[in-house]
Amino acid sequence: MIMRLRRHLLDGYAVLALAYLFLPIAVVIAFSFNNPLGRFNYTWQGFTFKNWAHPLDYPGLGSAIRVSIEIAVASSIVATALGTLIALALVRYRFRGSSTTNLLIFIPMTTPEIVMGASLLTLFLNWKIQQGFGTILIAHILFNISYVVVTVRARLVGFDRHLEEAAMDLGANEIVTFFRVTLPLIAPGILAAGLLAFALSIDDFVITYFNAGTTTTFPLFVWGAARVSVPPQINVVGTAIFLIAIGGMLANVLWQNRRARRLA
Amino acid sequence: MGRFLHRRGWLTPYALLTPGMGWLLVFFVVPMYYLGKMSLEQGFFPLFSFGWAWSNFSDAVSAYQTQFVRSLQYAGIATAIALAISYPLAYWIAFRGGRWKNLFLLLVIAPFFVTYLIRTLAWETILSDNGLVVTFLHNIHILGSNGRLLATSAAVIAGITYNFLPFMVLPLYVSLEQVDPRLIEASSDLYANRAVSFLRITLPLSLPGVFAGVLLTFIPAMGDFINAQLLGTPRQYMIGNVIQSQFLSLRNYPTAAALSFVVMGGILVLVLIFARALGTDRLTAGAAA
Repeated sequence: MIMRLRRHLLDGYAVLALAYLFLPIAVVIAFSFNNPLGRFNYTWQGFTFKNWAHPLDYPGLGSAIRVSIEIAVASSIVATALGTLIALALVRYRFRGSSTTNLLIFIPMTTPEIVMGASLLTLFLNWKIQQGFGTILIAHILFNISYVVVTVRARLVGFDRHLEEAAMDLGANEIVTFFRVTLPLIAPGILAAGLLAFALSIDDFVITYFNAGTTTTFPLFVWGAARVSVPPQINVVGTAIFLIAIGGMLANVLWQNRRARRLA
Repeated sequence: MGRFLHRRGWLTPYALLTPGMGWLLVFFVVPMYYLGKMSLEQGFFPLFSFGWAWSNFSDAVSAYQTQFVRSLQYAGIATAIALAISYPLAYWIAFRGGRWKNLFLLLVIAPFFVTYLIRTLAWETILSDNGLVVTFLHNIHILGSNGRLLATSAAVIAGITYNFLPFMVLPLYVSLEQVDPRLIEASSDLYANRAVSFLRITLPLSLPGVFAGVLLTFIPAMGDFINAQLLGTPRQYMIGNVIQSQFLSLRNYPTAAALSFVVMGGILVLVLIFARALGTDRLTAGAAA
């Protein structure tokens, strides 16, 4: 009896904890349907579809979103390519300097964003580089690389090298083997890394804030708006990004499950 | 080509590493050098000159001692609360999740795909003076009729706790998931009750996850300035707020660089101790999960 109660206690706790995690998200989604009277979207005034019908109907919002998407796409592609190569080197080869490489991958992940942003700012000041789209892109590729390496490496560790050897025995050279055998097998890991990099990039505020110059990304737009007026369109865009990210992750999980079943 | 790669096999890993590690070198290591150099400069914007100005460090630390201590307190309390919230949740997913483990994990991470700033603004709404939480606390007389949550230390700590929760849950989950259930069965065969099994087996085996989670939560919490800015007032400002305003508003670069270096130095010492004790694989396992 007591044991069963304890079981249910933990189940109940998990439900409460998940509710706590989703509370602010529920607020964000609910207030995307709010019809605020003044400049601030803090109190509930009435239901409307207006904000969803005109999600970009606010000066500067559209261009901020476009900049965010461009940077997220470009930085996740470049970081995924660079990070995957590093992960391949770390898992496949024994070489001098591999522990130093590991440490250099690891330290950026544990560096507070404010320090990373500030140090990049001093670099650009010293090299007299005008801050803007280019410097944001450089910064986003930088902080994404470590996360890509870690994600791809985790998938590479469980990789069966006999499959590659079989391809080579059948006469394929290294290049053909890589593109026909290795790459398709590690593709889900690479895709997961790319999605993670995209999500990290589109969400980044601190490092971007230090290195944006006059360019405005979506988080920077929200920051500026929080001081003057928070339009409900911000909630609409936030909800949309949330739904797209969840959709992407779910699709990747389903795709991997299907592949796992087919390969099994 | 294949034969070439084979013959020059020892070069291949370096060829794979060069582009990515080059990027890290130029845009992570080199900037740290410039940050260090900047912290020892003197003068006023826009004219600074290098001069081994070590006094920048002592001046900055004594001028912003309050914010340093406050950051340590807020980050410490938030990390402790995050651990208390996350451990049972991670335990539940690892031992009760069954074949839905990945889905539950996705549910835990999902809220953090809403932009950080928007999430924090939502907490501003929830904790606001006319909001549900404050009204409830008024009604049960925990909060006086003029009492508020927004613009207090509690609000800032609550925001930090929430915003960095995945960094705690994921490493905890990874370490709990690896606990072999047969060990727990064995202990109960040997007449250990559930509490003893937990304290003698599950908890010690999950300690690497606890340490990793504490480190990965404490670090971003220590450098944060968004929660203090949006949920607090200047009386709640942390060291991140000081660095941000010294760099971007006051343009007092040497002081800002010195403060950043102190934060980075303290954290680097922590990281190296943890990395030595646990190995970097353990610490990054959460991101890969």
